Amino acid sequence: MTAARPLLSVQDVKANYGPVEALRGVSLDVFPGEIVALIGANGAGKSTLLMTICGDPRASAGRVVYDGAEITNTPLHEMVRLGIAQSPEGRRIFPRMSVLENLQMGAFAGDPANFGGDLDRVFRLFPRLAERRDQRAGTMSGGEQQMLAIGRALMSRPRLLLLDEPSLGLAPLLVAQIFATIKEINRSEGVTVLLVEQNAYHALRLAHRGYVLVNGSIRMSGAGSDLLANPDVQKAYLAGGHH
Amino acid sequence: MINGLTLGAIYGLIAIGYTMVYGIIGMINFAHGEVYMIGAFISVITFTILGPFGFASPVLAIVVVLMVALVFTSVYGWTVERIAYRPLRGSFRLAPLISAIGVSIFLQNYVHMLQGAKMKPVQPVVRGGFVLAEEGGFVVQITYLQIGIIAATLVLMAGFTLLIHRTSLGRSQRACEQDRKMAALLGVNVDRTISLTFVMGAALAAVAGLIFTLYYGAVDFFIGFLAGLKAFTAAVLGGIGSLPGAMLGGVLIGLIEAFWSAHFPIAYKDVAVFGILVIVLIFRPTGLLGRPDIEKV
Ligand SMILES: Nc1ncnc2c1ncn2[C@@H]1O[C@H](COP(=O)(O)OP(=O)(O)OP(=O)(O)O)[C@@H](O)[C@H]1O
Ligand SMILES: [Mg+2]
Repeated sequence: MTAARPLLSVQDVKANYGPVEALRGVSLDVFPGEIVALIGANGAGKSTLLMTICGDPRASAGRVVYDGAEITNTPLHEMVRLGIAQSPEGRRIFPRMSVLENLQMGAFAGDPANFGGDLDRVFRLFPRLAERRDQRAGTMSGGEQQMLAIGRALMSRPRLLLLDEPSLGLAPLLVAQIFATIKEINRSEGVTVLLVEQNAYHALRLAHRGYVLVNGSIRMSGAGSDLLANPDVQKAYLAGGHH
Repeated sequence: MINGLTLGAIYGLIAIGYTMVYGIIGMINFAHGEVYMIGAFISVITFTILGPFGFASPVLAIVVVLMVALVFTSVYGWTVERIAYRPLRGSFRLAPLISAIGVSIFLQNYVHMLQGAKMKPVQPVVRGGFVLAEEGGFVVQITYLQIGIIAATLVLMAGFTLLIHRTSLGRSQRACEQDRKMAALLGVNVDRTISLTFVMGAALAAVAGLIFTLYYGAVDFFIGFLAGLKAFTAAVLGGIGSLPGAMLGGVLIGLIEAFWSAHFPIAYKDVAVFGILVIVLIFRPTGLLGRPDIEKV
């Protein structure tokens, strides 16, 4: 992964919620075609970083550069048109819409001509969604909602996919399936992925590279396998033998 | 009965405006009744200007007046949102409500100043009707105007329901209602969607204003207050946030008023309306067609 220019470059970004400083100068790069994992304890600022990349909360200092252009102050609703999609923390599916309508919202900014094909692709990745296409999304199980959140993000044909804890609350079998899906999307379609995970073992195994976020700044970074082998990482994030 | 339906159609159309705005930004637009009043005034003024040319074709005259009223009230709706509500978005919940009441008072007095306090009359534009039944001296008649009003209302109602439930615009409006930030992340321009919602509500109020003008033949600056209150009641009665609910609530209130006026002292008709609202809310706090919010989030 030595492509000349990163697809996403976060440069010394700070962000806060009122007086709470959530990001204290974060820098990271994601190169085209990579899967990059971002791990860290609760409250480290992982979700904030994904949201700040999209512009809410805005970076109070530093720059966010995407595909060579600065997007630090680009309006939220233009991000998806640039090719950035997020499956956010808490899934944030639209509970009073059907599964199909949620996926239609995912394609909101896209070319309607692609809709049918993209829908088929999401249904192939998550057959469960096809079975439930007319169900109210709010009444689906947690795992199904997670699939929907990822599927919705894919409907916009992103170049950069931001995933916030896609394995949260899922049964082990489903976790493995979600990770396999992420790998598949990355490999066969070349979608670049920035992945936030509590499940550090799985995430680092899947990712090409990883970053460790502590208290609003990057503490460590390196190849996924190196971080996995690192004793500090093992002690802090892999305790309890995640397998 | 038919009077009640016609009145109910007017309330229902205004109520849809309340319910749509509430459904999408969670705020009661108390100035909505005034937008309706302005719609009625603009109709009167336009009819008056057209008057000298003669109403060769009433349909044509109504279409022209409707266009003018739609344009003006849409501009009012858009401006009110822009000036009085948008700057307050994100502040505490009561702020836009207070602002709405301020706008309402402002618009009333503004029209009062410009147009005076007197009733403004117009010539009847549509005359005639059918006799439905005749029984021992009682004549049940339905006028062309009533037929037109009820038909137009049904068409608008169906159109808006389709718009909200079946189109991309409608979906983005519902998305804004459910999670504004997520909607933005998916590419929805939230500000513009909210503006559009206000414009759509105002357009319906304009239609209601025009209908009022045609039906009652006179308007004054105060009609927005009571009609607004009744329509708001209709929206709550039907279940605020629900489009069919708003229409149902409007028709019910129209019918209650007509029925009460026919059989009981007319002075108490508003008491009856609000009394029924209280009763319904005690037994169904979400209104008749309101959704009970049970879902995982
Ligand atoms: N909306 C908010 N208002 C105020 N403070 C917030 C808000 N969201 C997050 N924070 C604070 O910002 C800090 C970083 O939160 P963030 O959600 O980014 O952490 P995280 O790394 O995603 O944690 P987790 O693993 O628990 O999801 C925390 O201290 C949190 O309390
Ligand atoms: Mg988080």
